[in-house]
Amino acid sequence: MTPRSWRPRRLFLATAVAVSLVLAGCSEVKNNRQNALQPKGHDAKTINNLFWPIAIIAIVVGILIIVATVYFAIRFRYREGVNDNPKQIHGNTRLELGWTIVPALLLAVIAVPTISTIFDLADQPDADALQVTVVGKQWWWQFEYTDAKVVTADELVIPTGRKVHLELKACEDNICNVIHSFWVPELAGTVDVVPGRTNELTLDADKPGTYLGQCKEYCGLSHANMRFRVIAMTRSDFEEWVSEQQQGPVQPLYAGEGADQKPAGPAQELIATKYQCTSCHSFDNAAAPSYGPNLTHLASRDYFASATYELNKKNLVNWVMNAPSMIPMQTESDKCRPSPVNGCIGMPSFIENVPLGQPKMSRADAEQIADFLLEQK
Amino acid sequence: MSTFTETAPLAPPRPLILRRPKSTTGFSSWFTTVDHKKIAIMYGGTALAFFVVGGIEALLIRLQLAGPNGTVLTASQYNTMFTMHGTTMVFLVGMPLAVAFGNYFIPLQIGARDVAFPRLNMFGYWVVLFGGLFIYSGFLFGGAPNGGWFGYAPLTSSPLSTGTLPGHGPDFWVAGIVLLGIGSTSAAINFIVTVLNMRAPGMTLMRMPVFTWMMLVVAFLTLFAMPIVTSAMIMVFFDRNFDTTFFLASQGGDPLLYQHLFWLFGHPEVYILILPGMGIVSEVLPVYSRKPLFGYSVVVFSGIAIGFLGWGVWAHHMFATGLGPVAISAFGLSTMLIAIPTGVKIFNWLGTVYGGAVKLTTAMLFSLGFIAMFTLGGLSGVLHSIVPSDTQQTDTYFVVAHFHYVLFGGLIFGVFSGFFYWWPKIFGRMLDERMGKLTFWAMLIGFNLTFFPMHIVGLVGMPRRTYTYEPGYGWDMLNLLETIGAFVIALATLLFLVNVIYTARRGPIASSDPWDGRSLEWSISSPPPEYNFADVPRVEARDDWWHRKYTEDADGRLVHLPAGGAVDDAEAEVAIVDDAHAGHGIHMPSPSFYPLVVAAGLPFLGYAAVFLNPWFLVPGLVLILFGVYAWGLEPGTEPGTEH
Repeated sequence: MTPRSWRPRRLFLATAVAVSLVLAGCSEVKNNRQNALQPKGHDAKTINNLFWPIAIIAIVVGILIIVATVYFAIRFRYREGVNDNPKQIHGNTRLELGWTIVPALLLAVIAVPTISTIFDLADQPDADALQVTVVGKQWWWQFEYTDAKVVTADELVIPTGRKVHLELKACEDNICNVIHSFWVPELAGTVDVVPGRTNELTLDADKPGTYLGQCKEYCGLSHANMRFRVIAMTRSDFEEWVSEQQQGPVQPLYAGEGADQKPAGPAQELIATKYQCTSCHSFDNAAAPSYGPNLTHLASRDYFASATYELNKKNLVNWVMNAPSMIPMQTESDKCRPSPVNGCIGMPSFIENVPLGQPKMSRADAEQIADFLLEQK
Repeated sequence: MSTFTETAPLAPPRPLILRRPKSTTGFSSWFTTVDHKKIAIMYGGTALAFFVVGGIEALLIRLQLAGPNGTVLTASQYNTMFTMHGTTMVFLVGMPLAVAFGNYFIPLQIGARDVAFPRLNMFGYWVVLFGGLFIYSGFLFGGAPNGGWFGYAPLTSSPLSTGTLPGHGPDFWVAGIVLLGIGSTSAAINFIVTVLNMRAPGMTLMRMPVFTWMMLVVAFLTLFAMPIVTSAMIMVFFDRNFDTTFFLASQGGDPLLYQHLFWLFGHPEVYILILPGMGIVSEVLPVYSRKPLFGYSVVVFSGIAIGFLGWGVWAHHMFATGLGPVAISAFGLSTMLIAIPTGVKIFNWLGTVYGGAVKLTTAMLFSLGFIAMFTLGGLSGVLHSIVPSDTQQTDTYFVVAHFHYVLFGGLIFGVFSGFFYWWPKIFGRMLDERMGKLTFWAMLIGFNLTFFPMHIVGLVGMPRRTYTYEPGYGWDMLNLLETIGAFVIALATLLFLVNVIYTARRGPIASSDPWDGRSLEWSISSPPPEYNFADVPRVEARDDWWHRKYTEDADGRLVHLPAGGAVDDAEAEVAIVDDAHAGHGIHMPSPSFYPLVVAAGLPFLGYAAVFLNPWFLVPGLVLILFGVYAWGLEPGTEPGTEH
């Protein structure tokens, strides 16, 4: 075993082990629904169809160059008396021209479909498209259905087989004036959500199902937790969903009119008066955008808290009491005064670092609030 | 000049408080030296120290992501770690390493005794060191940077009162980048003037070694790129502190303005980082292939072309921001275009190896590794120029894989190649080859284990800059592999450091030309004397040193010249006579305290900016004004000291 013959073999072995481990990594995928290589909508498929042929060209070129590098290093290695006086080649104009022109041609071949795809994807959809305004906030997503006058958070419900035209905006309050990026890899490519601009994106889903999305542009502390779900339903299910969302709240927050108006029950009293949840959230108007997520129909969603936690009583109670322990938030007590909201980024904790001038929350109160919310279908 | 030398001793201006340092050896000389070689070693040592720090940050990041729902770091610590890892590796490792090699070898390769501005050179080093320490001092004083190495406004430019990023992180980052910009700009000016003005007789531009050429391109890129990022930093600072609204959309600013400015700096910056690696590889491959560089002029001009085109591709970092189809098509095309000169370089390197007599030393292995890994990085770069598909890959781990293949597989492999190639010249001792080869294989395997899976994990949907992920996405196994790979890289780095320490005393003494080199630095002793060349060489060809040892026979094959070489007898005699006088009558610039004094004042200005506290200005301004005044009056060369 001479070291010389052994070394390339060792490299080969290591590569083989690495590749097989990588492949093992892929086979573990069970229910990945955030995978750009599993396109489920028109745009994502177009992109995928463009990506693969070019990726294969790149892989072939890469393999050729690596093989040439390794082969030359071994084939021409120094041996006393055999090639210790190599030919001094300084250059070759024809070769130089060749390896300038061939890659240029290859790139020209790549450029044509690339540019035509860019313009294809930029085409605006037909008038039939569902219009939704997406607002990126720190750190959650608000979806406003323009025609249906419905506002949801973190779950974008869409009908299958119909184009959905999104207008993407960033929250422009001085406090949350940062860039996000909207990405549902199975349905379309990324579009940034830039304060001061309205960007557009069209997507559609072929089949009913849940497609995961995530903010891609670093937007501060809890960037990693800024997730959302796109839920595609058949057209009829979607119509039904819309009409349910358009209803008023199952349990109203207030009773009475004008000066007589007061919380309609003990849970409403906690929400509206004691903890003043209403300074950030809307509980009684399904069409109202709000500083925090609109909770009028919270119970109709499967997940909450940036689509990270399953909606059940245990999670919700913990969340109401101490949200920052579940998702990191920037909640300095002096900035989270209930009204006016003054720079509180994220939901405050009501048991530690309580907003200035607020009472500490008891578990009984939290359970009462959670029970109320879980009825808001 | 001669009149000055005669009159100066009569009335030496002495407004100085500090005694002029005299010693050029010993511990204290490191603080006062103006010798470009010593400064280069300081740059290299500092960069390696920061490489270890940045590496530890990388290991923490990888530990946090080794499995789903990691708990090694909190979200806020993770955000600081990836910010500091990027900032460190770009500004405190990549650029200083390039400057280290440039500082040491540009003068040696062009046959110069010194750089053009020795004291400016020293000043630049201290600014870089203090700038780095300043940024890291954020950990002690209210928040290390946490806005990403790219520091996108308006996240970083939001006024402190809104607390979008809590603490002083962005302030330290902004002020630190401005400081580091001062340092790298001084180095760039020094390199440009040195290369253009101080070449030995006969060293035409097209006879310069490729490494020197690439450093010249890098110096121009640095000179023009740093002011752009500096202006962006100043705008961020004003937005944060003085109620301007450059980037605040809610008050009429435009966040994209920042991105345009940042990437107009940031993309040339990529070439500032990679061109030195390309230069090193272009030196190493011919030596160990025993052949001239294939297509010298093509390699040089493709380097210049990359330098120019590097300015025309910045918006490919912004494909997802909604610039519109026409703009992104143009930037997609310009990005593809830049692949052509890059590809040409790769083919020329392969042409150099082809038909050679390849000695697989550690330096050569790293250079070959550079070609292979950099090619992969370049090809994934072409994939990014496919705009529609880039909208899927941008801000995922695919990008992380891409630029680590370019910058680690390129710059770092190139730099390690340079370490093993030039170490004997710098320190007069050989590094251990067996340990070196082990370092190479560990690094190659660790590197691919870390970064290759990132291509896949990115394609299957893992966004970057996220401190946590949930199980079930198919990312778990790949992330674990990446973390294991990162530790293998750490092991390789450790092995290199062991090699350095071990061979410092026990390594075999290096001859002046241990590798049978081609360029002028191999014509002088290892390590070189302070004055580099006893006789400034007269250069008659590209690879002049090689031509003094070898020629080609009628068949174009390598042939040894008889000892004495092509130098005709008369010249050889002159050389011998001069050798006897070596070191005599050569005026080298004298050491000085003042560049250090001026540089020491700058971090105080930084603290004044971070804490908006004018009292920090006082010591800063005192040091700077005193330092500049004394520097100005101090003669560059103390008359008569060397006689």
